[in-house]
Amino acid sequence: MKETFDVAIVGAGPAGIAAAYCLAKKKRKVIVFERGEYPGAKNISGGVLYGHDLAQVIPDYEKQRCPIERNIVESRLWYLSQDGGYSLSYRDKIFADERRHNAFTVGRAKFDRWFAEQAQGAGALVVSGTVVTDLLRDQQGKIIGVVTDRAEGEVRAKVVLLADGINSPLAAKTGFRPEPKSHQVALAVKEVIELPEEVVDERFAVESGHGVTIEVLGAVTRGMDGVGVIYTNKKSLSVCIGATVEDLARNKVRPYEMLELFKAHPMVAPLIKGGKPVEYMAHWLAEGGYTAIPQLWGDGFLIAGDSGMLFNALHREGSNMAMTSGRLAAETIIEALQAGDTSQAGLSGYGRRLQDGYILKDLKKYKGFGQFLRGHNEVFTTLPAVAGLAAREMLIVNGVPKKAKQKAIWRELRKTISLRRLAKILWAGWRSVR
Amino acid sequence: MDKRGDGGIKIKVSIEDKLFLDRFKVAEEPHIRIIDQAVCQERCEEQPCLYLCPANVYRLEKDHISVAYEGCLECGSCRIGCPQLNIEWRFPLGGYGISHKFG
Repeated sequence: MKETFDVAIVGAGPAGIAAAYCLAKKKRKVIVFERGEYPGAKNISGGVLYGHDLAQVIPDYEKQRCPIERNIVESRLWYLSQDGGYSLSYRDKIFADERRHNAFTVGRAKFDRWFAEQAQGAGALVVSGTVVTDLLRDQQGKIIGVVTDRAEGEVRAKVVLLADGINSPLAAKTGFRPEPKSHQVALAVKEVIELPEEVVDERFAVESGHGVTIEVLGAVTRGMDGVGVIYTNKKSLSVCIGATVEDLARNKVRPYEMLELFKAHPMVAPLIKGGKPVEYMAHWLAEGGYTAIPQLWGDGFLIAGDSGMLFNALHREGSNMAMTSGRLAAETIIEALQAGDTSQAGLSGYGRRLQDGYILKDLKKYKGFGQFLRGHNEVFTTLPAVAGLAAREMLIVNGVPKKAKQKAIWRELRKTISLRRLAKILWAGWRSVR
Repeated sequence: MDKRGDGGIKIKVSIEDKLFLDRFKVAEEPHIRIIDQAVCQERCEEQPCLYLCPANVYRLEKDHISVAYEGCLECGSCRIGCPQLNIEWRFPLGGYGISHKFG
């Protein structure tokens, strides 16, 4: 292509499209490359998006018919043993009223397509079915464009925004950021299970259009560092489970077998009963945390979203960070283009913007969390088992005095873990999130 | 106590049934290649690719590991999970590979 663009964006996900939209609104000439057949074709998330971050890009997203599945009014946290588990849930009417769309579910194939259409409407050029295979550099090493897998596929741009997601052969090839280590990414598999709308309403005890999210920790990841989720969509449930690539490889667990065992768990099976699986997918979660974030800008380029490890594993926030980092990248680019300096120094406003907002503050706060889980495997093995045993014993009515039950639970606990270790886990866990 | 927390439960899952739910546009040229089969045979004891892949793309044959790239879900795990870094992995040609319906 002969034309030179102000900005070339790699990837039409929430980060790339948010940036494209903001740039196009400011009349910047922007082109987005998407490797899928259409934007969203390759994308997955558990399925939760956040109204606050979306509204900062498109304030009237609802009027523009954003394809929302369900507005989340309740969040549940489950800590499961093999045969049962604890459930903690919080529902609040504020999420149905003033804070409606605080969080909502989407199907990414539909949402990303819609989001890309908004950017196109604003004037961005979105080219699907095109893989960016390399980056163009000038003699000083500054990035000046991209190479695609199309004939005569070189495209020049003043700035390149890399929003190509966590799995990036482009990064592996060009080294714009390091390839993730196998403990820095979780491989999650997801099944979409169809159920009639009224059945979803009834099973989760919600009004029409309202939904529930469930985050699941414990024995369901077969002793590995991982997490499961169940999210409500309009006429389906998203059921996902994942563990770090390192743990999956080491334990020789097949991800889809782990998914089937999760679906068969006594807390999960009744929710999906009678449902029809309609899609099966796999994707990485960028769980490297704060210390794994690469240098997010350089001469002629910036990195946004998952590609920059901007993901909060503890709060399952990723799509919001993608959108907001994309928006902040766009603001930085506009400033740099006006000043006529797209060098690393000229783009350094990006770092300042990320520091000022919630993204780097949150990731910094939880920077020890991944390491905590990795170093305290009992969170997924011994602890859910003992916690389950304790609740079970205390609830069984069988004529055994409670004091004797307590003693038996204590004995079992001491048998499986030393008190010193238990105290260390609790302390380290607290420290990693405080 | 059962450390793995699975009670030794084994479950039989048909990966073919799962992949059947998905929409693939298969490119003629494979996007995954084992760089050197001899490395898998001689140097790789663990062969985690046989378990790690969510689409069971890798299968152990008599004298090599076969690669059914057609059903690849494009997660990338084999690329970084291979202890020998013996897998060449790139994205399928633009527009090919899996296309999510719901996502």
